[in-house]
Amino acid sequence: MPHKILRKRKLAHLVHDFVVEAPLVAEHAKPGHFIVVRLHEHGERIPLTIADVYPEEKAFRMIVRAVGKTTYELCMMKEGDEILDVVGPLGKPSEIEKYGRVLLIGGGVGIATLHPIAKALHEAGNEIISILGGRSAEYVIMQEEFKKFGEIVITTDDGTLGMKGVVTDAMEYLVKERGEKFDVAWAVGPTIMMKFAALKGKELGIPKVWVSLNPIMVDGTGMCGACRVTVGGEIKFACVDGPEFDGYQVEWDELMRRMTQYKKKEEEAFKRFLEKVGDVSWL
Amino acid sequence: MALNIPPKKTPIKEQDPKERIHNFNEVALGYTPEEAIAEAKRCITCPTKPCVSGCPVHIDIPTFIKYIKEGNFRAAIDTIKQYNNLPAICGRVCPQEDQCEAQCVVAKIPGHEPVAIGRLERFVADWEAEQGEVKIPEIKEKKGKKVAVVGAGPAGLTAAADLAKMGYDVTVFEAFHKPGGVLIYGIPEFRLPKRIVEREVEYIKKLGVKIMTNVVIGKSIPVDELLSEFDAVFIGVGAGAPKFIGVPGTNLNGVYSASEFLTRVNLMRAYEFPEYDTPIIVGKKVAVIGAGNTAMDAARTALRVGAEKVMIIYRRTEKEMPARLEEYHHAVEEGIEFHWLRQPKEYVGDEEGNVIGVRCAVMELGEPDESGRRRPVPTGEEDFIEADMVIEAIGQQAQKVLLDEFPQLKKNKWGYIDADLETGATNVKGVFAGGDIVTGAATVIEAMGAGKRAAKAIDRYLSGEWNPWE
Ligand SMILES: Cc1cc2nc3c(=O)[nH]c(=O)nc-3n(C[C@H](O)[C@H](O)[C@H](O)COP(=O)(O)OP(=O)(O)OC[C@H]3O[C@@H](n4cnc5c(N)ncnc54)[C@H](O)[C@@H]3O)c2cc1C
Ligand SMILES: Cc1cc2nc3c(=O)[nH]c(=O)nc-3n(C[C@H](O)[C@H](O)[C@H](O)COP(=O)(O)OP(=O)(O)OC[C@H]3O[C@@H](n4cnc5c(N)ncnc54)[C@H](O)[C@@H]3O)c2cc1C
Ligand code: FES
Repeated sequence: MPHKILRKRKLAHLVHDFVVEAPLVAEHAKPGHFIVVRLHEHGERIPLTIADVYPEEKAFRMIVRAVGKTTYELCMMKEGDEILDVVGPLGKPSEIEKYGRVLLIGGGVGIATLHPIAKALHEAGNEIISILGGRSAEYVIMQEEFKKFGEIVITTDDGTLGMKGVVTDAMEYLVKERGEKFDVAWAVGPTIMMKFAALKGKELGIPKVWVSLNPIMVDGTGMCGACRVTVGGEIKFACVDGPEFDGYQVEWDELMRRMTQYKKKEEEAFKRFLEKVGDVSWL
Repeated sequence: MALNIPPKKTPIKEQDPKERIHNFNEVALGYTPEEAIAEAKRCITCPTKPCVSGCPVHIDIPTFIKYIKEGNFRAAIDTIKQYNNLPAICGRVCPQEDQCEAQCVVAKIPGHEPVAIGRLERFVADWEAEQGEVKIPEIKEKKGKKVAVVGAGPAGLTAAADLAKMGYDVTVFEAFHKPGGVLIYGIPEFRLPKRIVEREVEYIKKLGVKIMTNVVIGKSIPVDELLSEFDAVFIGVGAGAPKFIGVPGTNLNGVYSASEFLTRVNLMRAYEFPEYDTPIIVGKKVAVIGAGNTAMDAARTALRVGAEKVMIIYRRTEKEMPARLEEYHHAVEEGIEFHWLRQPKEYVGDEEGNVIGVRCAVMELGEPDESGRRRPVPTGEEDFIEADMVIEAIGQQAQKVLLDEFPQLKKNKWGYIDADLETGATNVKGVFAGGDIVTGAATVIEAMGAGKRAAKAIDRYLSGEWNPWE
């Protein structure tokens, strides 16, 4: 059964916000869950996080950053278009409880992944401070939504908004300069950001930093092992054992290496795609 | 002996190995009607019919072969279909050499091969498909009861078809975007063309079975919801989860599980990249670990997607190898190298994290183990095999997505569902299970057999004749 794109809006250059019909996902998704989509008969299966759900519309929200063939193709789809397959919700849900003071660290579209977690932690009665980071002002998405959950601290690489710097600078600022104490943290964003946020969290004495890993996946149901990561010295399948893990236990360098496995093929597919669709600078 | 039986099976035409390693077309091409009749005539219609007891679903083999002899192919296929819903598939992938053909009386005559029962089964199933419309049996009156089938592999599809024929309202839930289970994502096109699986699935749909793809039971639909919405549930989720030996270097780039490799190629059609979006990077020198059917399939697939050299590394010898003999012969013909008595100790990588070879312990055979096969023991020597791609095919384990969400369901010590082998009944009321998720990785025909037996038991349960949970 194809899945209709009910609404779509551009958040920033190459970052698009979708509301997609999928009754089973809307009904059963929990924070931390993701879906796997396949756009058409020739498509690959890619995982995307469920950023929010709208049960009354039988729909869910996802925020996609165009980085290669499939995500460009998806971001070029219009309202009313249909996505062939949506499978989910998949993965283990986030461990939501009342921890006390929680630090949330989001980078790029990772902010979208963090959104349902923030919402649930807020509802569970936690005090939340969120650090939202991006390359420049435009990429710091969902600021208004996060303000509802507590204070937000913004960082941009180029200083166009908030602190000039990266999220770990804001972590230092909060803990060292302001003397904030946190019972737990979530860091979600590019792998390199999560790696350094975990290192920083440890240095700053935060008891635990949850991270949401994004290895390459195929089925998303534990049947292939493509998504395997080493956590605490053991092989784990991110799609069924995760995608959230204790950031202090993850073998980051191995993960980053595995994520580049198909680089050449991805570039080849992307180049071919661009030749076909022409100018995409508007996206 | 007065009987004049040709000692050898009527040969089946096959694609030339030199050509076939460059394509995904079927290797064995099937009998012509004349060849089928000639082969059928090798059957002496013996009164003891030991072949029937060798068949896990007890097809009346001598009768269908008799019809082929008479040229009555319609009667032959109708006979098979009383026992087996998927003959075109079983005729191709069943290990007949261990089942019906192993019992054949003709093979008891010195120098004689058994009757080619599998090839004959395939012939009549394909013949029927060529006739156009496949006959849809009349559905008895509707029972007004709903049965859910979880997993669209051979076990689930068989249970679904039988239940639909009995008049139940059947819905199959499948996690992948295509039904078929291992038949679609595991066994490659050159052994089992996907159109044949699709044809069988179409037939099952025509029986009125609803197939809902992209639904992961336990995730998309919680177990409680399923149990409350359906009168009975059959679980056939298979043993698709990969196992890794776990030696150092398992997570190097270029190391795959056979499941991932075969899924990328078969289900996602990575061999047609970039026409299809899913990529695969094939090494020049590919080492496949293990020597079962999955290993043979992975090795022969690697060759077809462009590997220059493919090696099978196995810790025992040719004699203990679990793969079907026919598949081994095909692999040898296609130029696959075999490294016996080697056990991987480490996958070695370069500084960028790409695999460059396998460090192996050299083994020798010691005393027999529980399985009766001689146990490989290390000699203390080592060996290095160069490879820029490694595919581990050492076996599968229970598919856990559903089981993890269904803690009340009793499992055995290997993590498979503890179900009665005769009826499929589990410890949870109204829940039945069968196929690889109960037995561990087995065969298509055994999964089908389990689906058939469970369908019968579900019917007895739902009609109030029998209730093992009382
Ligand atoms: C659990 C999870 C949740 C995710 N959530 C989001 C999200 O909410 N929004 C978002 O924009 N992105 C998300 N991603 C990342 C997204 O899946 C990739 O960006 C996408 O697959 C890239 O595909 P492509 O063809 O456009 O790019 P490609 O050119 O194919 O690849 C670009 C990069 O994406 C990664 N990638 C490629 N194929 C896959 C694959 N099949 N599975 C996973 N990663 C792959 C690789 O590391 C690669 O370097 C998530 C990933 C995971 C694992
Ligand atoms: C590469 C390979 C080659 C083989 N070759 C042969 C051969 O030549 N001859 C032979 O007889 N046997 C062969 N086998 C074994 C045979 O394929 C299996 O024994 C048989 O397919 C088992 O059938 P099944 O129905 O139990 O499970 P499967 O075929 O594994 O099907 C299970 C289905 O359930 C789905 N599923 C899992 N979890 C869920 C869930 N939670 N919700 C919904 N759906 C779910 C899966 O996606 C899958 O489609 C081979 C196996 C492999 C892997
Ligand atoms: S994506 Fe296949 S096992 Fe996780």
